[in-house]
Amino acid sequence: MTISAERPTETAAGTAAPAGPRRVSWTNRPGWMSQHLGTALVLAFLGYLLGHWWGNHIAGNYHYINGASGQNSVADFLALLLMVVGWLVGIGALNYPIAKLFGREAVEEAPAKGMSRYFRYTLDHKVVGMQYVVGTLLFLFTGGLLAMAIRTELLNPTVHIFNPGTYIEIVSEHGTIMMMMATSVVVGPLGNYLVPLMIGSRRMAFPRIEAFSFWIFSAGYMVIFSALFYGGFPTGWTGYAPLQNQAGPGMISYLFGFAVIGMGMIAAGFNIAVTIINYRAPGMTWSRVPMFVWSILATASLLTLATPVLFSAGLFGILDHVVLTSLYVNEHGGSSYLWENLFWFFGHPEVYIMALPGFGIVAEIVPVFTRKPLFAYKVAAAGMMGVALLSFFVWQHHLFQSGINPDMRPLFMLTTELISIPTGFIYLVGMGSLYKSKMRLEIPMLFSLALYFNFLIGGITGVFLSDVPVNVTVHGSFFVLSHFHYTIMGGLIFAFMAGLYYWLPKMTGYMMNKKLGLWHFWTMFIFFNMTFFPMFIIGLLGQPRRVFEYAHGLQGLNDFSSISAFCLGASFLLFFWNLMYSMIINPKKAPANPWDSLGLEWQTANPVPLYNFERIPVIVTEPYRYSEPGAPAYADFGGGGSDGGSSGAVGSSVEE
Amino acid sequence: MNNEPRHMRRIVTAWVIASVIGDLLWWFLVGPHIPPGNMTESAHWNQFDFNVLAVTAIPVVFMVWLWMGYALVNWRDKPGVPDPVGGEAAKAPYRVQAAWISITSIVVIAAAIYGTVALIGDHGSGGGEGPNPVWAPEGAVAANTAAIQGKATWSPAGHQPLVVQVIAQQWKFTYRYPAFGGMETSRLILPVGTDVVFDVTSLDVIHDFWAYQLSVKADANPGVNNVAFADTHQTGQFMVRCDELCGIWHGAMYNSGRILSKTAFMAWATKTEAQNASNTKYLPPFAWTYTPDANGASGGLYPDGNVTPYSPYDTYGAKQPAS
Repeated sequence: MTISAERPTETAAGTAAPAGPRRVSWTNRPGWMSQHLGTALVLAFLGYLLGHWWGNHIAGNYHYINGASGQNSVADFLALLLMVVGWLVGIGALNYPIAKLFGREAVEEAPAKGMSRYFRYTLDHKVVGMQYVVGTLLFLFTGGLLAMAIRTELLNPTVHIFNPGTYIEIVSEHGTIMMMMATSVVVGPLGNYLVPLMIGSRRMAFPRIEAFSFWIFSAGYMVIFSALFYGGFPTGWTGYAPLQNQAGPGMISYLFGFAVIGMGMIAAGFNIAVTIINYRAPGMTWSRVPMFVWSILATASLLTLATPVLFSAGLFGILDHVVLTSLYVNEHGGSSYLWENLFWFFGHPEVYIMALPGFGIVAEIVPVFTRKPLFAYKVAAAGMMGVALLSFFVWQHHLFQSGINPDMRPLFMLTTELISIPTGFIYLVGMGSLYKSKMRLEIPMLFSLALYFNFLIGGITGVFLSDVPVNVTVHGSFFVLSHFHYTIMGGLIFAFMAGLYYWLPKMTGYMMNKKLGLWHFWTMFIFFNMTFFPMFIIGLLGQPRRVFEYAHGLQGLNDFSSISAFCLGASFLLFFWNLMYSMIINPKKAPANPWDSLGLEWQTANPVPLYNFERIPVIVTEPYRYSEPGAPAYADFGGGGSDGGSSGAVGSSVEE
Repeated sequence: MNNEPRHMRRIVTAWVIASVIGDLLWWFLVGPHIPPGNMTESAHWNQFDFNVLAVTAIPVVFMVWLWMGYALVNWRDKPGVPDPVGGEAAKAPYRVQAAWISITSIVVIAAAIYGTVALIGDHGSGGGEGPNPVWAPEGAVAANTAAIQGKATWSPAGHQPLVVQVIAQQWKFTYRYPAFGGMETSRLILPVGTDVVFDVTSLDVIHDFWAYQLSVKADANPGVNNVAFADTHQTGQFMVRCDELCGIWHGAMYNSGRILSKTAFMAWATKTEAQNASNTKYLPPFAWTYTPDANGASGGLYPDGNVTPYSPYDTYGAKQPAS
C-alpha cells in the first residue's frame, strides 16, 4: 500500500524538480539564522548548563544521591539529557515532529545545496552517508589514540606511565568508543549511502528517521566522551554491576551514552530494514538483491531487535544511580546477573552487527575483482540470515564461569558452535569465487582477501572459546581480547577499508591514490597481525584483560605487541594522509565505473543526482553475471519501468 | 579442461601433507606445553581438550590459506590465464555446496558433543557451577553441606574432599578453611591428591577467582555462592589472579598459592589454625556468602551463620552507628 502510494509522488519529485513557493523551514534558511552544527553546539551547551542547574535545584540537598563521590547524580544525568535535547533542537531534528504534534502541516523542505548541507539536518541519504563517514572516522581516531595509550602503559610490567585509575579510564573509554563506532561503521556510512543506490530507490523509507539516527549518534559521541571529564568509569565496555553502581559520575555518561547510541541504532536499523523490504526497484526479487544489501538487511534486523534490550538495561542502570533503585544490587533484592544477561543479550547480536556488514562488503567486492559470478549466491544469503538468527541464542557463552545454571552451559556451547556453520558459508562463497578466476589485485580486493585471512583466525579461536573446558583457561584473558580484535578489526575494519577504497570514487568523485593505498594496506595487514597474534600467546600464558601489571616473563611479548601497535597506528595515519592527498591536495577525477562493476550503484550519473535515478531501473537478471558473453545488463534504464507497471512489479517481488 | 583435475590434486596433496605435518608438530612439540598443564585433573583434560581442538583447527586453517595462496599465484589477472567462464557454467556445483555444509556441520556438532562430554566427565572442568553444581566429584556436595553445618573435617588419611571458601573483595582474596576452625589465610595452600571444593563469593563487586595452573575459574558474585572443583595432582606453586574487572586496582589483585603433600599440608594447617585462633574466634560462623551491611566491606558487620545470607538490621541494630 505504501509503495503504490509513495511511488507516483517520488517520480513526480524526480522528474520535475521541487519548485514553486514553499515555506522554507528553519533548517534550510540561508545564513547564520538557520539551524546547523553551530546552533546545535550552542543549544547543547546551554542545555547542559540548564540540566546541571535544574538537577542541583531539585536534588542538591538529597544526601543519598550525592553519595560518596559528592556528585549529584541527578544533576549529572539531567545535564547530559538536556544537552542531547538541546543538540537535537539546535540541529532542527525536532521541528517536524513538533509541528506535527500541533497539527500543523509539515513544511516540505527544499534540499540544501553546497557544502553547508553536510552541517545540517539533511534528508538526502547520500549526505547522511558522508556525515557518517566523518563521524565514524572521528570515533575510530579517538578510540585508536586511546589504544596507543594502553599499549604504552603495557610496555613495562611494573613501571607505570598512568596511575591505575587513569589506566582503567583509558581502557574503558577505548572499549566503549570502539564498540559504539563499530556498530555503525559500515551501516552508517556505506549502508545509508549505498543501499538506495543498490536497490534502485530514489530515497530511504524514512529520511527524517535516517537523519535523526546520525545526529543522535553524534550526540552519543559527546555523551561518552564527557565521561573523561567526570573521571571516567572503571568497568570496561561491559559495565558490570555492581561495580557499575559503585562507580562515580562517569558511569552515567556510559549508561546514557549507550542509551543514546542505542536510539540511533534502532532508528538506523528500522529505516534501512523497511527501505530494503519495500523500496527495491521493480524486478529486484530476493534472489537478485546484491549481497551487500543482504548483509545490511541482516544487520538492520539485529539493530532493530537487539538494541532495545541495551536501551532498557542502560535506563535501569541510570535509575540505580539517579533515584537509587537497586535493580543490579544483590544485597537489596536486585541481581548482578540481570545486567550481565541484559547486556549480553544485546551484546552478542551486537558482535554480529559488527561482522555481517564486513561479510557483505567482501561478497560484493570479490565478484568484481575475480571477474566471476559470486559462488553460491543463495548459500551466502542463507549464511547471513542464519548468523543473524542464531546470534540471539548464544549470549550466555559470555557467562560460562559466572555461576549461571550449570546445565545451560552445554546448550550454549552447542548454539555457539552451530553459528560457525553459517559463518562457514561465507568462506565457501569467498573461496569458491576465487576458483579459476582472473583476480585483479586492486586495493579493495587486497583488503577483502585480508578479511578472509584475519577472520579465519578470529573465527577458529571463537570455537576454542565456546568450548567450556577450554574456556576455563582462556575466558577473560588476552586470548579473548585477541579473538575479538581479529574478528572486529581484522574483519569489519578491514572490510570497511575495502569498502572505502572501492566506493569513495563513487561517493566523492575522486580516486584514492593506489601507491599510498598499497603502503597503507601492507602496513596495516602486517602490523595488525604482529600486534594481535602475540596476544593469543600472552593470554594463554595467563595474562588477564584490563590489567596494568603482568608477569615479568611476558614483557617481551607485550613489548613486541606494543611496538607493532604503534606501527599499526602509523598505518592509519597513512590512510588519513591518503584520504587528504587524494580528496583535497591532489584530487584525481574518478572514471564513471573505475572497477568495471555491474552493480547498480555504478550505473547512475556521477556525481549522483539528488533523486539518484533519472528513471527507476528495472532489474532484469541476477547480479554478478561477470565474464558471460551475451548476458543482459543487470538493470534496464530504458522505458521499461513506467509508473503504472513499476508498482505492480514491486508488489509481486515483495511476495516472492 | 586438462587443468582442472591437476589444480585440485595439487592443492589437496599439499593440504594433506601440510595438515599432517602441522598436526604432528602441534601434538608432540607444542601441545604438551599448552596451559594450564598437569597440576589438576581438570587442568590435564582442559589441556587435552585444547589440543584436540587445535589439531582439528589446523587442517581448516591450512585449507583456506593454501587455497588462497594457490589462487593468488595461479589465478591472477596476467597473460596466459584464461578468462573465467561466467554465467551458467560458473554456477556453484550442488555437490560442492552440500559437501561443505555437511562436513562443517559434522565437525561442529562433533566438537560440541566432545566438549559436553569433557565438561561433564571432568566435573565441570574447573569452571564455576553456581550454587547448585550438577557435576561434582564423589562426596563433594556432601562435604560442602557438612561445612555449612559446622561439621567440616579433613584428615590426610582418607579421601575426604577439602572445602575452601574463596572470599574476594577489592582487591584481595581471602581463603577460609572450615575444616580447620574456620581459619582465614591470605595464601591458598592445598593438599595434593585431594578433591577440593571452592565456594567462591565476594564482598563487594564481581571478581573472578582464577587459579591458573589449577584450571579453576569462577566468578565471585556478592551474595552468591559459586562452586568449582579441582582434583590436585602435583605439588608446586600456582598463580591466582582476579579475572573480572573489579575497579582500579584490578591489575594488582593477584597472589600465589601452593600445593603441598598431604602431611605437609596437615602440619601447616594445624599450625596456622593454632596461630590464628585468637583472631578466628571473632569471625562469624561459616556461611556460603558474606554480606556486609550498609557500612560496606571494610569495617562492616558480618551476618550470623544462617544459610540465608541476609542479616536483618534488627539483629545488629544495636551495633549500627547512630545516624
